[in-house]
Amino acid sequence: MTRALVSVPPEAKRGEIVDVRAMIAHPMETGYRMGPNGAEIPRDIITRLTCTYGGAEVFSAEFFPAVSANPFVSFSLIATESGTVAFEWTDDKGQTETASAEIVVS
Amino acid sequence: MRRPAARLPVFAALALALLGGDASAGEIAPGERRSGRAFMAPQTQAMQADDTSNPGMLWVLQGASLWEEKAGASGRSCAGCHGAAEAMRGVATRFPAFDAASGKLIDLTGRIRQCRSERQGAPDLPRDSDALLALTTLVAHQSRGLPIAPPKEPRLAPYRETGRQIFTTRMGQLDLSCANCHDDHWNQRLAGSAVTQAHPTGYPLYRLEWQGIGSLQRRLRNCMIGVRAEPFAAGSEEFIALELYLMQRAAGMEIETPAVRP
Repeated sequence: MTRALVSVPPEAKRGEIVDVRAMIAHPMETGYRMGPNGAEIPRDIITRLTCTYGGAEVFSAEFFPAVSANPFVSFSLIATESGTVAFEWTDDKGQTETASAEIVVS
Repeated sequence: MRRPAARLPVFAALALALLGGDASAGEIAPGERRSGRAFMAPQTQAMQADDTSNPGMLWVLQGASLWEEKAGASGRSCAGCHGAAEAMRGVATRFPAFDAASGKLIDLTGRIRQCRSERQGAPDLPRDSDALLALTTLVAHQSRGLPIAPPKEPRLAPYRETGRQIFTTRMGQLDLSCANCHDDHWNQRLAGSAVTQAHPTGYPLYRLEWQGIGSLQRRLRNCMIGVRAEPFAAGSEEFIALELYLMQRAAGMEIETPAVRP
């Protein structure tokens, strides 16, 4: 089950700068820790985050082991047209999780 | 660890001898009470205040989907009996409570487990499992902003007294009681961190140190390990009695679940 929160203002004026926030539940296991009896805990992190707005990529980020668990990302966009702001997180296993929010531009 | 219960008479006798029986000397005056939130950096306060940046909301989200999920032999979900989660508003302000059926003290997590096993016929969820924490967080979150209202049930009184005794009894190799720090030195710092008044207003809460959400009992376990005492067992009566006393101590303060703490 994906546990992710995406926050975009539901309405904006054309040309307005809006804040976009996204957070996803993920352990971000670094791969440097040891479990019981010194067994290595395998690395399990999100490696890439991409955000598209109206189908075009507007933001992407690469994550590394130093990023905290449940990573939170915030950036701003210029609202140009009504559409979907969609996030996609890709982890070490190659699995992707998605979440999105709609914005109405007037 | 020497059992706190075994040490209690000795300590009580000493306290009586030294303090003239005034065991409540260090208690915090009602007007002086402050949530742990007040001790945090403005950045951490802002993180808690905004639901889009509060990581605890991820567990509220998980709890909301578990709330709707059918489980166990009954084939019913939480929502099947209780309706929307909003119906749980105010519930968390009244726990721990007295469970008339078993004649014992029960906390909110215990009540959810009981409901699962007895009414849903669902497999038990271990304490501190993500799923149980998520359900507890969802239920407690409904009471956000409401004042803590401990039940007036007279059968709770002996448990509350047990809790008070645990709070004021020195334990562990460092030989400290909860009250030594949280009643007497709450406005000071310990190794750079605020000591705080230990009001359980925001549990389950997201602790940045844990990188996850955790229960009040987990926090209490941390503190007991900190004074080099052997923690009580998870879900034990001692822990719930202590929780009951802490809620009484924080009566009237606002529920913040899910809180964020450093």
